Amino acid sequence: MIGIIDYGMGNLFSVEKALERLGVEAFISDDHERLRQADGLILPGVGAFKDAMDLLNENGLTKMIHEYVQTGKPFLGICLGMQLLFESSEENGLTNGLSLLPGKVIRFSGVDRKGESYKVPHMGWNKLRFDQDSPLLQGVDEDYVYFVHSFYVDADQSDVVLAEANYDVNVAAVVGKENVFGMQFHPEKSSVMGMQLLRNFTKLTEKGSTADEFYNLSRN
Amino acid sequence: MLTKRIIPCLDVKEGRVVKGIQFVELRDAGDSVELARFYDEQGADELVFLDISASHEGRKTMVEVVKAVASELAIPFTVGGGINSLEDMKRILRAGADKVSLNTAAVLRPELITEGANFYGSQCIVVAIDAKYDEEIGTWRVYTHGGRKATERDVISWAKEAVERGAGELLLTSMDADGEKKGFNIALTKAVSEAVSVPVIASGGAGNADHFAEAFLDGKADAALAASIFHYKETSVAEVKESVKQRGVCIR
Repeated sequence: MIGIIDYGMGNLFSVEKALERLGVEAFISDDHERLRQADGLILPGVGAFKDAMDLLNENGLTKMIHEYVQTGKPFLGICLGMQLLFESSEENGLTNGLSLLPGKVIRFSGVDRKGESYKVPHMGWNKLRFDQDSPLLQGVDEDYVYFVHSFYVDADQSDVVLAEANYDVNVAAVVGKENVFGMQFHPEKSSVMGMQLLRNFTKLTEKGSTADEFYNLSRN
Repeated sequence: MLTKRIIPCLDVKEGRVVKGIQFVELRDAGDSVELARFYDEQGADELVFLDISASHEGRKTMVEVVKAVASELAIPFTVGGGINSLEDMKRILRAGADKVSLNTAAVLRPELITEGANFYGSQCIVVAIDAKYDEEIGTWRVYTHGGRKATERDVISWAKEAVERGAGELLLTSMDADGEKKGFNIALTKAVSEAVSVPVIASGGAGNADHFAEAFLDGKADAALAASIFHYKETSVAEVKESVKQRGVCIR
């Protein structure tokens, strides 16, 4: 059973339905106790970083999320939810994030190295390039996924990047460290590949999953 | 690299897709989910649903359409038509749409753009602009109410204002080109795309697959939208993508 954290931000419905289509049981909740018992948690999110952190702090969800991650159960942030996993964001002034992953979230400059301007938000389909082996990327080919965002984590400045996409800069697209994962794009809106990636995440929540094997292998 | 997007537009009236009559292979040509799936399988990058319901009741059914599409498909989509308040935006976005498109309501009360952007972020807010060339002022004029009413605003300054107020994307329809099938209005598209920092969707005038590449290469559009040529099968999304790709445009 996968819990989708409801904190008043984001497209929860589409994420829930995508999981349903995969045949995975999921629920949307803001109830700490229910969320704690889930086999995996998803933190979606659309909107502003500061508003999201304020809501997580006010609802006591920041603490709950930290405790949950400590248990070793899989945790996935999507879009803004991924950005929140990092230490800080420069959106609307500097705001602290959940600090589950090292790094900071910065804005696309809108001007490339040659001084030419480019469009922000980064909106549309962009191709992933895989950087590291991960259970999330197992059995998946590099393909296009759907992005919509104005802020990003610089893939060149981070060692938790599993896959990246290029949009003037190298954008961290899939990130992960131990049981904490994030996707900057919307897997629930990314057609076949998005569903494969979500499927891989949900596999991690199954007991004795390939992820356990994967981690045992990488630890040995 | 980011690809250019091909976007079929579906008109929805009282909860049913209209103009979809050429899809004889579908069980129900008015069913939004079936049509959305058809386009998804052809490689559509996004969809736009335009609610053309006349009645309040009809508009309520749009929420059901949105829920049904979001439940069944992993494809991004925008909903426009009849969205006049923050409450309307919330209803549609909570039901699973990715973006809402504001047109007349944004012209009448531009603060609406900011309210939506503050609540959901700019990436959810599309401002749709209906543009028609006006010889008197020597530029394009903004029209509202489905193109029936001329305003005092010129398109370029309204496009800039909409973006300043928080629009994350512009859906630009050339009323001059619309229905003519002679291609997108390149001059208009280029002028707007170069004036703003957000993505621009070119709309109106697509008559064949080759017209799309022009919108991207010459018009500097980020996406191109068409309705009737897809509905009436004059071309397909797959054919358009092939044509665009052959002209060297990056496409999914």
